[in-house]
Amino acid sequence: MAGTLTRKDFVSNQEVRWCPGCGDYAILAQVQKVLPEFGVAREKVVFISGIGCSSRFPYYMNTYGFHTIHGRAPAIATGLKVTRPDLEVWVVTGDGDGLSIGGNHLVHALRRNIGLKILLFNNRIYGLTKGQYSPTSEVGKVTKSTPMGSVDFPFNPIAVALGAHASFVCRAVDVEQKHLGEMLRRAHEHRGGAFIEIFQNCNIFNDGAFHELTDKPLKADYQLILEHGKPLIFGRNRDKGVRLNGHKPEIVTLANGASEKDLLVHDETDPALGFILANFAPPMPTPIGVFYVDSRPPFEAEMNRQLERAKEQRGVGDLRKLLYGGDTWTVS
Amino acid sequence: MALPGGSAGQEEGARPRAPEAPQQPQRKPVIQRSQVVVRFAGDSGDGMQLAGMQLTAESALAGNDLATLPDFPAEIRAPAGTLAGVSGFQLNFSSNEVFTPGDEPNVLVAMNPAALKANIDDLSTGAIVIVDKEAFTESNLKRAGYESNPLTDHSLDRFQVFEVEVGRLTTLALRELGLGNREVQRCRNMFVLGLVSWLYHRPLEPTLSWLNRRFEKSAELREANLRAVRAGYNFGEATEIFASSYQVPPARIEPGVYRNITGNSAVALGLVAAAVSAGRPLFLGSYPITPASDILHDLAAYKNFGVYTFQAEDEIAGVNAAIGAAFGGAIGVTTTSGPGMDLKAEAVGLAVKVELPLVIVDVQRAGPSTGMPTKPEQADLLMALYGRHGEAPLPVLAAATPADCFECAYEAVRLAVKYMTPVIVLSDSNLANGAEPWRLPELERLAPIKVEFRTDPEGYQPYLRDEQTLGRPWVIPGTPGLEHRIGGLSSEHLTGNVSYSPTNNELMVRIRARKIAGIARELAPTTVFGDPEGGDLVILAWGSTFGAVREAVKQARAAGRKVSHVHLRYLNPLPADLGAVLRRFAKVMVAELNLGQLLKLVRAEYLIDAFGCNKVQGRPFKVSELVARIERALK
Ligand code: SF4
Repeated sequence: MAGTLTRKDFVSNQEVRWCPGCGDYAILAQVQKVLPEFGVAREKVVFISGIGCSSRFPYYMNTYGFHTIHGRAPAIATGLKVTRPDLEVWVVTGDGDGLSIGGNHLVHALRRNIGLKILLFNNRIYGLTKGQYSPTSEVGKVTKSTPMGSVDFPFNPIAVALGAHASFVCRAVDVEQKHLGEMLRRAHEHRGGAFIEIFQNCNIFNDGAFHELTDKPLKADYQLILEHGKPLIFGRNRDKGVRLNGHKPEIVTLANGASEKDLLVHDETDPALGFILANFAPPMPTPIGVFYVDSRPPFEAEMNRQLERAKEQRGVGDLRKLLYGGDTWTVS
Repeated sequence: MALPGGSAGQEEGARPRAPEAPQQPQRKPVIQRSQVVVRFAGDSGDGMQLAGMQLTAESALAGNDLATLPDFPAEIRAPAGTLAGVSGFQLNFSSNEVFTPGDEPNVLVAMNPAALKANIDDLSTGAIVIVDKEAFTESNLKRAGYESNPLTDHSLDRFQVFEVEVGRLTTLALRELGLGNREVQRCRNMFVLGLVSWLYHRPLEPTLSWLNRRFEKSAELREANLRAVRAGYNFGEATEIFASSYQVPPARIEPGVYRNITGNSAVALGLVAAAVSAGRPLFLGSYPITPASDILHDLAAYKNFGVYTFQAEDEIAGVNAAIGAAFGGAIGVTTTSGPGMDLKAEAVGLAVKVELPLVIVDVQRAGPSTGMPTKPEQADLLMALYGRHGEAPLPVLAAATPADCFECAYEAVRLAVKYMTPVIVLSDSNLANGAEPWRLPELERLAPIKVEFRTDPEGYQPYLRDEQTLGRPWVIPGTPGLEHRIGGLSSEHLTGNVSYSPTNNELMVRIRARKIAGIARELAPTTVFGDPEGGDLVILAWGSTFGAVREAVKQARAAGRKVSHVHLRYLNPLPADLGAVLRRFAKVMVAELNLGQLLKLVRAEYLIDAFGCNKVQGRPFKVSELVARIERALK
């Protein structure tokens, strides 16, 4: 039955209520497009979200869904995934929900490697509360709550995820539909916890935050698409590459004496390289794609194994023995 | 003076006697007592809790009714010999029914001057004080804040003081084992346990078999501890210091199979029993906190019952993970104490709103803020009832005794799944660590817990309610054709779709309130201990004050007072007949370890001019305090 599903099967009957032009639409569309391709039965799919614009997501998916409270989606999803490893559990969160109020739950879910697919919509602003700066807003950001500019140093979500030892870390862009679909597929196929940062445009409160990455004439020069085993090349003429000088990355022009074999070759399994890439800052291009993957077993698998082992070793729990065993005495 | 452990023959001759055979030769006179309260006190590293727990096991085997109260220092390892580091364990054993750990110890075992100083004011005149004489050094006296040695300055003249060289005698008993001094000193607790066991004719078998189990892997330590217990026991018999010993005959106890249980262990067992009965896995999401952590520890050992224990990153994650597990069809539970309750409030409100079953166990401790983490209080009642934003009612139960924690935990799960609601169980640090003999329930007589997930898509709506309970259907992910969304936003009657309709919001708020209020229909009528028809005074109480109140009311009644006792298990909803019952009494006194929280509720609910009996010292009521309060109230 799963094989015959189409996009329509994943569209709920609820009217979508994001602002017209919001990047969330593109992400929703892509998720609804690729999910049927995964071959997972619809009833096995659960979307769990916190609070924020992005967290309305579950209402629009015709799957099981739970719109919870601010920042807590990873914790709720953890309880579900641990007891129901048969389910495919997606978490939808944002930069405020996931990195500010819910930062603790996010890093611990990643550290434990709970088999959740966590989509962090990063628009670098608080949208639902009408435009305050967020933990990913740049220093100096002028918003309603920072009239003289923000003095907060921002989080780098990819570096946070790597720092938490997430077992799958990638970045996508809302309007880069094909690439986003590919990242969703990789996340689905990953057995442990997957973290996907999605650059998402909030056209109302932070329009154009990622315009270099999305504007046609610019993006080739600013975007670096990561591909495992391939050298890091970018630029509209694909004539720029990245090479390491010690631990420092630098841009080289291929025509000027540098050849492809001097370039840094991407290795998804190298955490140190992941960190270097995560910390690319201008003039370096912005990497998108998979930064890091490892295959350590997910938490829920290990925990359920312990339960099984306990049953093998001690037998399936017998309540009578539990209560009446041990130091009892009889009064007659 | 014959020393213990000297020769094999002597050891053989001094084999402990079981109390069932009191006729065995006894050189010294035996005095009958109906009740004894013993308190062990020492440094937190002195093993006083273990000594106390073993004397409890021995007393249970001796057939006494009993109650215990451990008293932990707040600091894990306060400097040795200081008042802050004193750890205590009190045991009350009796030939009669026992309701409390006892007001005033008849026996204090003090392992050092600090232990003496911290406890001596609680003793009644004539009490037995056993001290480790060797520990009364100048530096220890100074550390405890003594200016002169109480053993020589006559300040203890109103007690029977026995000075025993515990360290030296233990060393002698263990000398052939070649252990280091540290290991030897760690057996001092077993020496004093042996001595007290002799003094009160306790059977040593439970302790000996416990030591055999505990030190299964270390023959040396096993032998050392066994020798120390026997040495203490034989010392009592052999020494001239003790002129007589005491016997406390068995109590008349309801027939059945018994075991000792603490409140925390009983909560764990009640939850497991309920999950087994419901046929669902149990999921505990919890964060370590005193005094609730033992529930987490206990449950972690029950994995073969399908019990998941998840030690979360914080209190908030603990409760939220439990909600997620409940969404998936497990019995979701979170356990905590007051500070954790504060943090969980928002998530509990979510569970109220989305109507998922959840059990929250609050092992109350003295607050506010960090307060006194190891000491009891009942000041979380109003928070349990009202501590969430918006109209968010839920059932609240309170356990009265350690064993009652089993029933309350079980009942909480039953209500949660039947009515699709979070349920709060209130315990406190007194119940959590206190132990009492528990008559084991007959499994067949536990109330059945039925869980039926809806699987039929025909006519399904997420908030289509059961006509009787008003609970909504529990549908779990994985069920084909029933895909639906729930959430914290106000939702439409029946469909559950997001709705900002003002009238729909009020409708849903009222339905949820009615659902919880309706639970009162299945509550048993209020039982009155004393005069069900009414009288001069009724004491209304809840939670761990049960024992003290019941004993005080018994004593006052024996003195001719027309006093009764009503004890509440259900704080929300309250029993339907409670107002009528209270009105039968000329006076209503609400006794609780807070500044009048149930009192407020009762006055508001029934317009009764009730008054309070309150205490917030991090200590339980004493029976004597309550008796005096009753006398004053009746004047
Ligand atoms: S406020 Fe911004 S993020 Fe929120 S829905 Fe509107 S455009 Fe999208």
